[in-house]
Amino acid sequence: MKEEQSFDLERKDGGNRFHLSRREFLKAVGGGIIIFFSTGDLTAQERRPPGYQDLPTDFNAFLRIGADGRVTCFTGKIEMGQGIITSLAQMLADELDVPLDAINMIMGNTDLCPWDMGTFGSRTTRFFGPPLREAAAEAKAILIQLASEHLHLNESQLTVKEGVVVDKNNNENRVTYADLAKGKSIEKHLPTKPSLKTISEFSIVGKPALRKDALEKVTGKAKYAGDIRIPGMLYAKILRPPVHGAKLKSVDTSALQEDKEIKLVQERDLIAVLHLYPDVAERAFAKIDAKFDLPEAKVNPKTIFKHLLSVAPEGEVVTQGGDIREGERLAREDFEATYLNYYVAHATIETHTALAKVEKDRVTVWASTQRPFGAKEEVAQALGIPPRNVQVITPFVGAGFGGKSQNRQAVEAARLSKLTGRPVQVTWSREEEFFYDTFRPAAIVKIRSGVTEANQIAYWDFDVYFAGPRGAEQFYDISHHRELSHGHYTGIPGAHPFGTGPWRAPGSNTNTFAKESQIDIMAAKLKMDPLEFRLKNLNDQRMIKVLKAAAEKFGWGASPAPSGRGFGVACATDVGAYVATMAEVEVDQESGKVRVKRIVCAQDMGLAINPEGAKIQIEGGLMMGLGYTLTEEVRFNGGKILDRNFDTYEIPRFSWLPKIETVLIENSEIPPAGGGEPPIVCMGGVIANAIFDATGARLFELPMTPERIKNALAETKAKKD
Amino acid sequence: MFETIRFKLNRRPTVMTVDGERKLLWVLRSDFGLTGTKYGCGEGICGACTVLINNKATRSCQLPVKEIKGKEVITIEGLARDGRLHPLQKAFMDHDALQCGFCTPGMILTACSLLFEKPNSTEAEIIQGMNDNLCRCGAHVRIVQAIQSAAQEMKGGRKG
Repeated sequence: MKEEQSFDLERKDGGNRFHLSRREFLKAVGGGIIIFFSTGDLTAQERRPPGYQDLPTDFNAFLRIGADGRVTCFTGKIEMGQGIITSLAQMLADELDVPLDAINMIMGNTDLCPWDMGTFGSRTTRFFGPPLREAAAEAKAILIQLASEHLHLNESQLTVKEGVVVDKNNNENRVTYADLAKGKSIEKHLPTKPSLKTISEFSIVGKPALRKDALEKVTGKAKYAGDIRIPGMLYAKILRPPVHGAKLKSVDTSALQEDKEIKLVQERDLIAVLHLYPDVAERAFAKIDAKFDLPEAKVNPKTIFKHLLSVAPEGEVVTQGGDIREGERLAREDFEATYLNYYVAHATIETHTALAKVEKDRVTVWASTQRPFGAKEEVAQALGIPPRNVQVITPFVGAGFGGKSQNRQAVEAARLSKLTGRPVQVTWSREEEFFYDTFRPAAIVKIRSGVTEANQIAYWDFDVYFAGPRGAEQFYDISHHRELSHGHYTGIPGAHPFGTGPWRAPGSNTNTFAKESQIDIMAAKLKMDPLEFRLKNLNDQRMIKVLKAAAEKFGWGASPAPSGRGFGVACATDVGAYVATMAEVEVDQESGKVRVKRIVCAQDMGLAINPEGAKIQIEGGLMMGLGYTLTEEVRFNGGKILDRNFDTYEIPRFSWLPKIETVLIENSEIPPAGGGEPPIVCMGGVIANAIFDATGARLFELPMTPERIKNALAETKAKKD
Repeated sequence: MFETIRFKLNRRPTVMTVDGERKLLWVLRSDFGLTGTKYGCGEGICGACTVLINNKATRSCQLPVKEIKGKEVITIEGLARDGRLHPLQKAFMDHDALQCGFCTPGMILTACSLLFEKPNSTEAEIIQGMNDNLCRCGAHVRIVQAIQSAAQEMKGGRKG
């Protein structure tokens, strides 16, 4: 990040640095050749707030080729483990014909990078990729033009290799990008769409690449928000209510001896103890005696679903076709089921962290966030200063999965810095993390469906409550269907007793679990092999292809379930990708424990920019998905969170590791789809189906804990007897 | 109580005067600026704070700093020697055995301790030995592969 420090936009006169003219801006970033471009994400463009920062507003990323020949890409996206610091650099390097290590990525710095909505929804490669490549192609065109003047040769006579423009006929005639950029200050907006490289011309894209951030991460040099150290900084421990909705009744700080090292700060709801060392602040903090009025617990895990259904808003159509009543007439067999899932935490190993430095009316915040520009706005609002006076810098983020879309910790750090006049770091404890996490919501899916004499799905009537519409879209070939989504994953006031929000592939996990379970229930009733039943009801060739690819790798032998083998299948579309997953499980009928022995996941994500990176994302999604499927449930009573650490909230560990095999379908003629989220969405469904295949017991709730499995086994047995 | 503690930190003799009850994690992170050792859960459950004490993986968030008197502490920053990466560090890179990287220092040091104790660890022993280190991104499969390949390399030649 050396580069980052050398680009100081601050003006020497101490005046308002934020009113840089374009010329000043170009000077500030150090000249060279600069290409501005806009991502193809139109929603993002529309949502850009006006007058937000002084970077010109008609683009949302840019790249610069400096006099040292290095290429720097400035983007508001952040790196949280999903690997875009590598995949974006790969695209850039390939299009520009420079080595991968000639690329610097400046990410998530709100002063240096243009406005960006945030890093989520597997959007980066999909929306950012094409314009980034266009910008690189444009830069290359300019460099070739400059080289043509420099070498007095026709452009057609020139070729580029590793950042050097060379005369095709005479290898001695050459000039480097660095020499061409020297002393230049060329600014270019993408006027037309330059022709991009075709797939076969790629030399870096589509090939495995080692992570650009790996060396820093294995040596402990990688900086996360909590690792930033600045002189005079204090660490804060903040008073928290024991229960959501609790009101502070009284606070007694008399036992706390404030001295020149220990500071006590109180402003409205914000009460904190600060010290040079975080652990000393925490110890001093324990001397505060606070009393709260606790609200009555209105909901608990037993009543939550009934409550949610009672407050759910009208449904909005996700997809629909034909006429359900007509479908019902065609059906010879009807099915109706309700699927539930409980609250799930993001549980990233890095907790929410921020360091803020307030100086006069200016603030710098280093934050672990998926939305640096959101943090900028929230901090500005909390301190009552214009957003342009706030700079948010995003170091490496210790994973997000949607949970770091909230920036409460950044606001807390900024307020405390303002109150103390010192830089202040706020690192949430694990207990605070479990308290303020915006959980994946408890949600309900109700499905009615039917099949015809010919084993075709006759109708599909689908309602999802509070998970959101993603993953509810119909991809099976069903003439009469209707998918409704009631309420969003963020909930509505009065719905959830605490915060909920996006969680890796929001909505899709809930919806896919329900859908793919229902499909299996129908197949089982018809005594059809579940894969065969799916193929019979699909027309989408990409889905058929991923299913067949997974089956081949898995060695799927057709058999109606339950076969006793413990095989399961599920498929889904998510953020443009197609995914099919097969699993083999073993169920201990005594304890109700499930051992997932093997998972095969086939994915068609269009062009995979970094296939190795894509495989890593698949493996990670499958492994993480085992958690919400088997153990992860945030227990609660009203606003009281009962699971506050990893001792009772169990996430997947090494001993769970199944044999994992991934298949990437080569489909490089199709633009990149999302890759970070799709693989996780089938996990609930595929394991539920495999448990059914192993035991004949059908699970309708996630997570499928040993207790729930034992109950389902007992019910199944009771029905048989 | 403030006390003087002599110990070796990343192979350097070190002396500090410190409240001996403070936990090693925070002393490393704030007093020494060695931020590669991470806070994850504060209760010794997740393993992000793992350091080596006399070559044994230890949860620094649980350890009063007075306990390191006369001992040798190695943090992730001190694992590479003379600019050469430890075979485990190299293997984690080669196998892409990390995503967000936050659990990585703890993973590498736990593996280091495991292989120090049992250089011929089988896959099952590696899984067992790593089981109390948590990774949320799901890099498990590659971490196991990386440890296996580092073990091979360490057997064949130099040890960390």
